[in-house]
Formats: sequence, C-alpha cells, structure tokens
Amino acid sequence: MISSLIVAFVVGGLICVVGQILMDGLKLTPAHTMSTLVVSGSILDGFGLYEPLIAFAGAGATVPITSFGNSLTHGALAEAEKHGLIGVLTGMFEVTSSGISAAILFGIIAAFIFQKRNTTY
Amino acid sequence: MVKANGTIQFTEKPSIASTGVTVGPMEKDSPFASAFDEILLLEKEKNESYEEANTRFIEKACAITVKKGHEKMENIDVFIGGDLINQLSPTNFAARKLKIPYLGVFSACASSVESLIIGSLLLESGKASSILAGASSHHPAVERQFRYPLEYGAQKPKTAQWTVTAAGFALLQKQVKNAPIITHGTIGRVVDGKQANPLHMGAAMAPAARDTIERHLTNTNSKVSDFDVIMTGDLGKIGLNILKDMFTDEDCHVILQDAGAQFYGEDTFFNAGASGAGCSAAVFLSHIYNQLQNGTFKRVLLVATGALLSPLTFQQGETIPCIAHAIECRMEKRN
Repeated sequence: MISSLIVAFVVGGLICVVGQILMDGLKLTPAHTMSTLVVSGSILDGFGLYEPLIAFAGAGATVPITSFGNSLTHGALAEAEKHGLIGVLTGMFEVTSSGISAAILFGIIAAFIFQKRNTTY
Repeated sequence: MVKANGTIQFTEKPSIASTGVTVGPMEKDSPFASAFDEILLLEKEKNESYEEANTRFIEKACAITVKKGHEKMENIDVFIGGDLINQLSPTNFAARKLKIPYLGVFSACASSVESLIIGSLLLESGKASSILAGASSHHPAVERQFRYPLEYGAQKPKTAQWTVTAAGFALLQKQVKNAPIITHGTIGRVVDGKQANPLHMGAAMAPAARDTIERHLTNTNSKVSDFDVIMTGDLGKIGLNILKDMFTDEDCHVILQDAGAQFYGEDTFFNAGASGAGCSAAVFLSHIYNQLQNGTFKRVLLVATGALLSPLTFQQGETIPCIAHAIECRMEKRN
C-alpha cells in the first residue's frame, strides 16, 4: 500500500510540475495551462498511453485534470466502436458526465450555503 | 512656462495645504501606517461591491483633506482625480457626491502626480484658488479588472506587485504658509521598453521613470545629489534596482527610492512590493509630505510611474507602454 501511495504522489506531482513549467516557463495563463493538460491527456489516451499510466500510478494519474482529457477520448472511442462515427459525439461525455454533473451540482450547493466573504485576509 | 521637453516651472507657489490618505486592511502593517489618516479594516467597508468601496475610500480621503485644510467642500473650485477602474467609475461616482467641478484623469498609476500637475497649472493660471487633487486604487477591484478575481486563486510570480487599497488626496492652494510648495512639474512621455509581462511591471516602467527623471534634471539644471530623495511611485523592489542600474551616479543608491518597494516593508508575501495609483498617492501625500512639513526633507522629486496596459492589449500580445509624471516639491524656511 505504501509503495502505491508513493507512486501516486510522485506521478501526480510530476504532472503538476509540468503545469507549473507551462505557467512559469512558457508564460501560459492558468486557463491555457489547464486546457493544454486536458488536451495532452486526451491525445495520450488516443495513443493508448494513458490507461497504462493509470494502472501504474492509480490516483496519481486519475486526479489531475489530464485524466479528464483521457475520459473524453475514452468515452468517444468506446461509443465509436459500437455506433460508428456518431458514437464519437454521443460518447464524448459518456464517461465524464458524472464529473461534470457533480461539478455543477456541488457548485450550486456551495453557492447556496456560503456567502462570498468580505476580504479581510 | 512649459520648457522644451515638458518641464513646467511654477512661479505662483502652488502649495500643498493639507492631505488626506485612507488605506485598507492590508496596509495597516505598512512602515508608513502611522502617517496614514484612516485605516479601514474591511476591503468592502459595508459596501455592495469593491468598486463601491473604492468610491468610499476616495470620499473619505477628500473629506479628511478638506477638513485638515480648514476649508469647506463648497469652496473647492475643482476636483481632479483618477483611479484604475474602467471609465474611472469610482472617482466619477465620488464626484457625483462631492458636487465640485470635476476633471477625471488617467495615466494608470501615474494619475496621482498627473492630477497634482494639472491642479498646480490651474492655480498658476489664476483661474482657481482651491484644488482637490489625487488618486486611488483598490486591490480586489483592480485584480479583478486587470488579472483574475481574487476568488480564482491564481498564482503570482516573484516579480508581481500588490496593488494597494488606498486613496490619497491633496488640497492645493496658492502661497500657503508653512506648507510644501510645488516648484516644477515634468510631464511624462510614453516610453515602451518592449516588456510584455503584466506580472513584471517594474521592468516595464523603469525606462519611463528614467526618461522623466533625466529630463527633469536637465531642464532644471540640477543633479541627483541636489535632492533629499527622488521617489518613484511603484517600480517595486526589482524595478527600483533596474532604475538604479540605469544611473551611474554614486548618490543614486541612497537618493533613488521607491514607494512601492518600501510600502509593505520586507514582507515577501507581497512579492516585489506594492503598486497602484493609491501607492504613490498614499506615500507622497503622507510620509513624504510629513517629512517636508517637519523640515527633514527640503527638496524632493516625486515621480509617479504608470503602466498603460489594458487587459485587452496584453492578451493581444501588445507590449506595455509606460509613463512617469514628476513634481518637484520644496519646503521653504518656516517663518
């Protein structure tokens, strides 16, 4: 268990290092950095490389935003096998729908419960 | 008379009769805190929005200034002010309440000195006798407009500066006894050092500060050591070092100072230091003003620096043009 924790920590951390380099080194904005990581995850899965990474690092590969890109491609490919080209469209959000719905739902709940604080630091 | 290269000599002795500075909660630990007139402990100060709070900071600073100058608001001829929010709405809205003839000015963080120059010119012309001039900035409002809303939690590099929440205003009148007089003003030129990073403003603004300081020294036949202090507005710690490197004079290392670099002391939380129109306005019109008043400083050059970018221009990849306006203040012997 300990070793898988370490692997997850290191791999997840390395993905974050890439993000930090994109921001500090290549001067990307936070939004561009996030999109780049999503697209990278998507492309990696297109070549069948992201699933082996998840098998190796577990949460270290599924928690960072790259995993969202991976899920997009994964869903699209799976549906495309069943329904052909139209499956690319229907499948894109098949795997990710739970994540998106959860984000919306919890966002609404948080907006109801909390008031934006008056900044006192 | 405007000399070639933008220096105006004021002969009618426009004086800074009184000043008023209000600051926000983050500014209470500033080394200058004791010189500020009022510290308001909430960024919103019971207002609906940060922009509205910015307006309140301006109104309070103006009220304090006029009160300290033993003057009445209705006796003020012209109100001149600027801030960093789109269309200058905080200052416009403050003017709505003040009901004084109003000129809104914008040259980003250099607006503070720009208002003082215009105010001095109006006094010099004899067309006005009491002017309320100054500028303000408000941290959360400015962050939202120029960078990201604070709630977004975006990271900042070490070169970034912290926009201060502050409003600083001055009451300008002619020939006030025992008050610092504005002897010269040098109008800035827009200088572009081809710097495009909005999180490294000090580097962008340093060439503009250099241009204005050099022109002022040439036009007034003076040298750096003639001044007790030459203080720039908000170059920050990195920008100040860049400016110092541009001057070969030995004295520069002591005499050249920066309000932004000193504003938050050595606290690294603020990265390269403070910025904002309120930064130069607050320091010039509190700490520096007091030092002139009590005779510690006899002759100072105040150079407010401004980065003339908009969120749109930097996203379009434009470089950041900058400007620096300067006023020279002197304290004559007390009588």
